[in-house]
Amino acid sequence: MKTEELMDMLSADVTAVKRHALTRTIGVAIAMRSVLAIGGALAALGIRGDLADSTALAYMLAKLAFALTIVAVASIYLTRLARPGGENRTNALVIAAPFAAIVLLAAINLLLAPSSHWDKMIVGNDWLECILSIPIIAILPFAVTMWAVRKAAPTDLVRAGTFAGLVAGGISALGYALHCTDDSLPFVAVWYGGTIALCTLAGAMLGPRLLRW
Amino acid sequence: MTTQEIELKALMLASLNGEAASHRMLLDRLSRHLRAYYKRKLVRVGRSQEEAEDLVQEALLAIHLKRHTYDTGTLLTPWVHAIARYKLIDYLRRTRASGSELPIEAAEEFTAFDDHVAVESTYDIGRLLAQLPIKARQAIEGVKLEGKTVAETAARYGMSESGVKINIHRGLKVLAALIRQESRG
Repeated sequence: MKTEELMDMLSADVTAVKRHALTRTIGVAIAMRSVLAIGGALAALGIRGDLADSTALAYMLAKLAFALTIVAVASIYLTRLARPGGENRTNALVIAAPFAAIVLLAAINLLLAPSSHWDKMIVGNDWLECILSIPIIAILPFAVTMWAVRKAAPTDLVRAGTFAGLVAGGISALGYALHCTDDSLPFVAVWYGGTIALCTLAGAMLGPRLLRW
Repeated sequence: MTTQEIELKALMLASLNGEAASHRMLLDRLSRHLRAYYKRKLVRVGRSQEEAEDLVQEALLAIHLKRHTYDTGTLLTPWVHAIARYKLIDYLRRTRASGSELPIEAAEEFTAFDDHVAVESTYDIGRLLAQLPIKARQAIEGVKLEGKTVAETAARYGMSESGVKINIHRGLKVLAALIRQESRG
């Protein structure tokens, strides 16, 4: 095929491109999945029953804030990474910020408590439920996010996959936080942080396979 | 900012607004840059320059199909360069003979020009089109190859006008995928 022919072909009847179409696709995918993940978590696990207690409410809000920060920051970066060359305009280290913050808070929390409480604070009651629920709830948001990014044109597939995994993990934690009754910062740091990091790692590994275009 | 960036970006903005002539001119100018870029790179990794045209066409298709990912608030040349580089790495991986990793510099001047006009890739457009779903093929042949209007093509094949447009877009995507498969190993 002659290159001239190809260019003629591509230039016959060029349709106008909608501005911000890409940001919208990714934004809608993430927002939709967040609502569905929260709905799904509520339907499958139910909301925690002790919200009348102000400490319980405060912990739930703190967990939600942690998850929401991750989703928000990761979404902004993901939208950039979905465009060719976007990796040159992102600093992958921001990914560590929310994790560093929660680990720091957890460490302070532990230091202020007697060491006999440490086991209970870290392990909590339902750590197993937590490490199973977050990755499972994350599967669908992950698939939808990857699909949206694939429609764009990421040129650093590992990094785009990483942030897609982080978004999905964050969305999932958002849903699980409504149910979770383990109220300690070390618990959140270890089990939430760990499972979200796991989703992120899965994204980094699957990115090059799933995002090729 | 170079005059080249300013000119190319102006063409891109017009093309995003649906101006076919600007789109054609943009592709034409970019094809020369792409050709120079790929020839240089292929030589550097010890491959034949003959392969350059396949890559030029693959990159042009990608630029066309992914033009919605260009953020108009940024420079155009880095966007084009990122696509060109991505397609090169993807191509080298797919067609790699040995297991060696090939370093491609991340940032480089994207200014060289290659005016070799009568160039052809190894792809056979007829054979590629024959592999498309029937409606996509009809839409592309009508509008893109025979130069009929969308309305004429729609009437001839009993599709709606938006159906023709959707089928063209789908068909070009399949075409891009077929080209990637074709150059595999």
